[in-house]
Amino acid sequence: MAANPALTVDGFTALGDPTRRDIFERLARGARAVGELAEELPVSRPAVSQHLKVLKDAGLVMDRPEGSRRLYQVDPDGVGALRAYLDRFWNQALTAFKGAVEQADAERGDEEVS
Amino acid sequence: MTMQATDTAVRESIVVNAPIERAFSVFTDGIATWWPPEHHILQAELAEMVFEPHVSGHVYDRGVDGSECRWARVLAYEPPNRLVFSWDINTQWQIETDPDKTSEVEVRFISDGQERTRVELEHRNLDRHGGGWENMRDAVGSPEGWRIGVQRFAAAAKAS
Repeated sequence: MAANPALTVDGFTALGDPTRRDIFERLARGARAVGELAEELPVSRPAVSQHLKVLKDAGLVMDRPEGSRRLYQVDPDGVGALRAYLDRFWNQALTAFKGAVEQADAERGDEEVS
Repeated sequence: MTMQATDTAVRESIVVNAPIERAFSVFTDGIATWWPPEHHILQAELAEMVFEPHVSGHVYDRGVDGSECRWARVLAYEPPNRLVFSWDINTQWQIETDPDKTSEVEVRFISDGQERTRVELEHRNLDRHGGGWENMRDAVGSPEGWRIGVQRFAAAAKAS
């Protein structure tokens, strides 16, 4: 199956990166703005923004405006984030499963193996 | 996709054009042929996935370096109709060793004629992983920071 670039990143991939895991854990302690995270971490502000986008696409963090800036935080309903992730995951997995079952079926054809 | 905060399960189903025995066999014995390849928490490159076909067996990934990641326990194995396995992966995407903090996946195979099978999957008890990211509290090791965080979460949840 070809990778779909439009597909959002899943939780496994999002948290597979150590910097993103670090950002995620910091956000679990409290909401922060991009600038604050960039000050705390040895990465540039644009890099932090990019990581936040991945975490947001994965449904792990959310953002909200506060005054002139945006605050990022872990989804307050942790189960919601986990469900969003697993919902996508199983949908993808079962689709692949269907492909594998039907391919296995086709390959058997007249060459019956028991 | 609608989600309710009180719902602690996800459900998916799919119809496959294959007999029920084949569907069950590919789901278990053939798990490596369909499991999304990027979904492994092994550090090493994946060599194989093994689904042990009996209750109290494991589902595990083995790396090319011999390392193993046992991420599920087989709780029910009733070919070709039903399967239940635990999901021993926590919200930090690491192996959860406390069974009380793991969720479980039930898969039902329902024959719909000779060549069609409906597969229904439910991944439930997701709250056991620690709703509100309770696991994080231990991970970050800052009770004070966490308490403030929880208050913020509560306020945000209330506002939304």
